[in-house]
Amino acid sequence: MFGWSELIPALPELLVLAMACVVLIVGLYSSNRSGGGFIVFLSVLTMLFAIIITAKDHVATVDFSRQLLFNGSFIRDGFGDLLKIVVYILMIAVFFYAKQYLRTNQNVRGEYFALLLFATLGTMVMISGYNFISLYLGLELVALSSYALVAYSRTDIKGNEAAMKYFILGAMASGLFLYGVSLLYGATGSLQINEISAAIARQDNDMMLVLGLIFILVGIAFKLGAVPFHMWLPDVYEGAPVATTLFLSSAPKIAAFALAVRVLSQGMENIFDYWQPMVASLALLSIVIGNVFALQQDNLKRMFAYSTISHIGFMLLGLVGGADGVASAMFYIIVYLIMAIGGFGVIVLLSSKGIEAEKISDFKGLNQRNSWYAFMMLLILFSMAGVPPLVGFFAKLYVLQALIAAGYLWLAIVAVIFAVIGAFYYLRVVKVMYFDESETDQAIDVSFDVKAVLSVNALAQLGLLVILPVLFQYCIYVTKTL
Amino acid sequence: MFEQSLLSVLIWLPMIGGLLLLALGQQRAGMVRFLALVLSVVTFLLSLPLWTQFDGGSAALQFVEKTVWIDALNIHYHLGVNGISMPLVILTTIITVLIVLSAWKVIDKNVHQYMAAMLILEGMLIGVFSAHDALLFYLFFEAMLIPMFIIIGIWGGPNRVYATLKFFLYTFLGSVLMLIGLIYLYMTSGTWNLTELAALPLTMTEQTWLFFAFFVGFAIKIPMFPVHTWLPDAHVEAPTGGSVVLAAIMLKVGGYGFVRFSLPILPDASQEFTWLLITLSLIAIIYIGLVAIVQKDMKKLIAYSSISHMGFVTLGIFLVFMLMRSDGNSDMALTGAMIQMVSHGFISAAMFLCVGVLYDRLHTRMIRDYGGVINTMPWFGGFFVFFAMANSGLPGTSGFVGEFMVILASFQASFWIAFCAAITLILGAAYSLWMIKRVVFGTITNEAVESMQDVTTREFFILAVLAVFVLVLGVWPEPLVEVMRASVQQLIEHVSVSKVI
Repeated sequence: MFGWSELIPALPELLVLAMACVVLIVGLYSSNRSGGGFIVFLSVLTMLFAIIITAKDHVATVDFSRQLLFNGSFIRDGFGDLLKIVVYILMIAVFFYAKQYLRTNQNVRGEYFALLLFATLGTMVMISGYNFISLYLGLELVALSSYALVAYSRTDIKGNEAAMKYFILGAMASGLFLYGVSLLYGATGSLQINEISAAIARQDNDMMLVLGLIFILVGIAFKLGAVPFHMWLPDVYEGAPVATTLFLSSAPKIAAFALAVRVLSQGMENIFDYWQPMVASLALLSIVIGNVFALQQDNLKRMFAYSTISHIGFMLLGLVGGADGVASAMFYIIVYLIMAIGGFGVIVLLSSKGIEAEKISDFKGLNQRNSWYAFMMLLILFSMAGVPPLVGFFAKLYVLQALIAAGYLWLAIVAVIFAVIGAFYYLRVVKVMYFDESETDQAIDVSFDVKAVLSVNALAQLGLLVILPVLFQYCIYVTKTL
Repeated sequence: MFEQSLLSVLIWLPMIGGLLLLALGQQRAGMVRFLALVLSVVTFLLSLPLWTQFDGGSAALQFVEKTVWIDALNIHYHLGVNGISMPLVILTTIITVLIVLSAWKVIDKNVHQYMAAMLILEGMLIGVFSAHDALLFYLFFEAMLIPMFIIIGIWGGPNRVYATLKFFLYTFLGSVLMLIGLIYLYMTSGTWNLTELAALPLTMTEQTWLFFAFFVGFAIKIPMFPVHTWLPDAHVEAPTGGSVVLAAIMLKVGGYGFVRFSLPILPDASQEFTWLLITLSLIAIIYIGLVAIVQKDMKKLIAYSSISHMGFVTLGIFLVFMLMRSDGNSDMALTGAMIQMVSHGFISAAMFLCVGVLYDRLHTRMIRDYGGVINTMPWFGGFFVFFAMANSGLPGTSGFVGEFMVILASFQASFWIAFCAAITLILGAAYSLWMIKRVVFGTITNEAVESMQDVTTREFFILAVLAVFVLVLGVWPEPLVEVMRASVQQLIEHVSVSKVI
């Protein structure tokens, strides 16, 4: 029976849905001249409230117990709560960066923020989905919003091309995913995660089940951008407006991660032996291809795209590590996304109207132009390269130890060797910023709030060291109760 | 109370001070210089109690601090020094003061960043020498690449980008393999504590793999032949201060790593591969010594001489295993190696500073551009000759003590090892003194040299301090030996017991 009380755990979703509609309407009456201050204010406020509600619910539930709602199609548990709070925090940063970008381009429109909010809602549904129908609905909501966000500047040919590519390939991946789901339904007779898990435990593994697994895995790999399903990622990252690229590398990645954990670690834990080698090969290929291709990029957005692929590979290695590895993968993706939006944030800050600071040479002599931003970027880049004492190192450490614990010593060695190769392209950006002479002395004009957000974002690479034990411990807790 | 957190203060004072300097910015250069000097002097003064209150009779860890840091992985913030690490901490604080002074006039671009990088580097180096948790050690070990990368890259010579990238990637590659080794050790033992790891029994196969994982990390850092090629590049391109800290302290981290990790944790594998390490050390001593002779660039010459001298350190460390078998005096080998580390810290710093003095005046490091410097710079000429003598191991200087002890010890192991090692006395004299002959003595060869001014009071002070240390350690090394004795003996007792399962 459906009761009103069932709605309470889903309050954050309802709030975001309502506010997305409000922002859409307010956006109609908010002109470009006002700079969209009010819309950003509303969006940020929504996220703040969502943080409060989710955190309150989370604290109120004893020992991380889970709540199944709406006939088992929606779940509220510690794992979802933590990921959602991370999404809210990332989105706050995304809103500020987006405001900065849209203002520089004098193209502030309400829809942008409404779309971001709808995508956030999709992310939240994916995190909490416990049934393949709700998971798929969330997935499509994120995807549809993202296509529109990529094509946001209507006159930009590159952006439109990217959106087209993204749409066609995305639709195909969704199709494959759905096909896998239908096979899975045939094999187990259910769409709900826990029932699927129980059904798999009861029966011998038949062909249909494994085939379904493969197709679902392809869909997940596509959303994450793991090799060999990564082709869209560099093109879309490069073609999209940088504010959208920044968004694409935040919440949707968390959603895809949650999907992977729900489906693989929760639903199909009993056929771990089947998907572990598949995920391991995806991870290995991603690390190798991502790092090697990133070496030759002159375009920073494209370089970050390949670097994302390699980081996703590293994160997947955590999933290969079995039950203990999920916590390390979760920590890795959280930490990585904080770095990634910081990196794109600096590109946003350096961009001027119509010109994105996307070439590596645009960063020449940044240390002379503004040593603070250069230092922020330095922290982010070294953190991505995994150099201690920055937090990116610890993320790698956790994954490596989970991997070695699972007996994959050789994979760990390959991973670190490619991490060294990867260090080169991050260092190249540092080199350009610090060792080269600046070509322009154009002042960097950024409003105070965005500057503060970026500083917090980048200093988190150092500051997280203090709360890192707590955060990691928490990741372990919430994944234990999956 | 204060002593309980002395090491933390030594690590964090320069680091936080360095960040503060960054915030001061480019405009307040005078204030930045002054503050950097104050910070480094205060750190040095604070490090003195480490020496005065050190209990030389005990091999135990002293000035211990221990708190849980990351519970999930059992990582502790665990600091402490023993007789082997304490002198290196003090070496670091002394050298940093001199580096700050030496940069006073020379560095005028981004002074705040230079001073900040140096101070942060100092904190990390002290961290490396005092960490007693393997992961904490690794953290500092790796983190110091960042400031060094920046130092070479911003203030370096024309080919600095190539040199600094090579430096970074080379060392990074070495240390990530070490990281895998450390994680493996953690997985087997559940601890990062160095004392507990030293007591951990391991099979021979495990030890062999781990030995090579650590070997790559430390050998690159020292650097040993054949992975030494990054060092000449890095030295030549680095600014004077960068070369000094690199030669005087960072190279020591590699030797220290062998003593702190490879020997106690993997004694059987170390024993097994003694032949390899000794061979590589002897190649470094002779071949690199020969390479040094033909160098045209003074900095490159000193860089090669550093590699050759560090060969003595590894030779001394691994002679221990040969001597243990023949009941030789293995204490002497290890003590000699440790003294060689400290002494080379002073001498190489002095040599690089001398080249820096010349470079500041004529902006060239080529030997052929100089000649007859003694005529225009008598004081400087005196210092340079003195340090070159020390570099070639003249009795009475600290350079002699360590080398002599190692050579003496190697005689007990094998005549031929001693013979090869002793060749360094000839080679060292050849490259150092031939350079001196061409640079300092003779008639003035060109007008540029004629117009050179002798050392300023500041430069005089720096060189004089180093000269005093080199002399005192050379004439009376007993206090240093005394401090190390208990720790060295304990280490040798420990490695003489097999821990193969």
